[in-house]
Amino acid sequence: MITVFTIVQVAVAVAAGLLCTVLGLANRRPSDLSVGALALVEVLLIAQVVVAIIAPLAGNAPSGSLLEFWVYLVSAVLLPPAAVFWALIERSRWSTVILGVAALSVAIMVWRMQVIWTVQVV
Amino acid sequence: MTGIGRVLVVVYAVMALAATGRSFVQIVEDFANAPLAYSLSAAAALVYVLATVALVKSSSRAWYAVAWVAICFELVGVLVVGTLSLVLPELFSHDATVWSGYGFGYFWVPLALPFVGIWWLVSHRDGAADRDERPAVLEGSSW
Repeated sequence: MITVFTIVQVAVAVAAGLLCTVLGLANRRPSDLSVGALALVEVLLIAQVVVAIIAPLAGNAPSGSLLEFWVYLVSAVLLPPAAVFWALIERSRWSTVILGVAALSVAIMVWRMQVIWTVQVV
Repeated sequence: MTGIGRVLVVVYAVMALAATGRSFVQIVEDFANAPLAYSLSAAAALVYVLATVALVKSSSRAWYAVAWVAICFELVGVLVVGTLSLVLPELFSHDATVWSGYGFGYFWVPLALPFVGIWWLVSHRDGAADRDERPAVLEGSSW
């Protein structure tokens, strides 16, 4: 993983998560803004998939478990589309909160992926 | 299942995903080293999945009961495993379960979740879920 890119992803996901949570609690239904924020998070995750495939070939290999890393990455990639799908079929304020929860979960997972890739406790 | 209950379901679903992923990795890579801890991890994951499904279907009496059992199992699990992991850390020395340290690795969500779940079940007894706020579905607003 590329540390700077990780930080960008976490920052965007946290911002999108807080934005959607606040919008939802303020009674907004899913909008272009909230769905767009999740779309941005998803685009960055797809870029991360590409990075994760190429980085080991370019000499930036993970120091932790590659399997664990990919379980996190695949789960994270699935979250925003699932939340957006929910927002499309049910347009209530709580769907906006759900978009926020999904984005915040992605932020945590990306950070955990960075830790798996770089830091080993043992 | 309406309103904030849906958010609860999603948080349960995310925990189910996290716990399943983690236990999958543990069992595939390292099962022989800590069969007890990893079996607990898998059990925790299964119960999160069960709780998610039961909450979605909780307007039926049977699933409502299942939701109670699953959520109470989690509450007991996080309290017992959380306590054990602090008192007898050698039991869980290889790798944590979602419940280790009362779920601190997951921002204590596993500890908070059963309480929120129980609150939700108590306040939505007997299909009360169907009577509170209706979701605003398919109204013609612009977005």
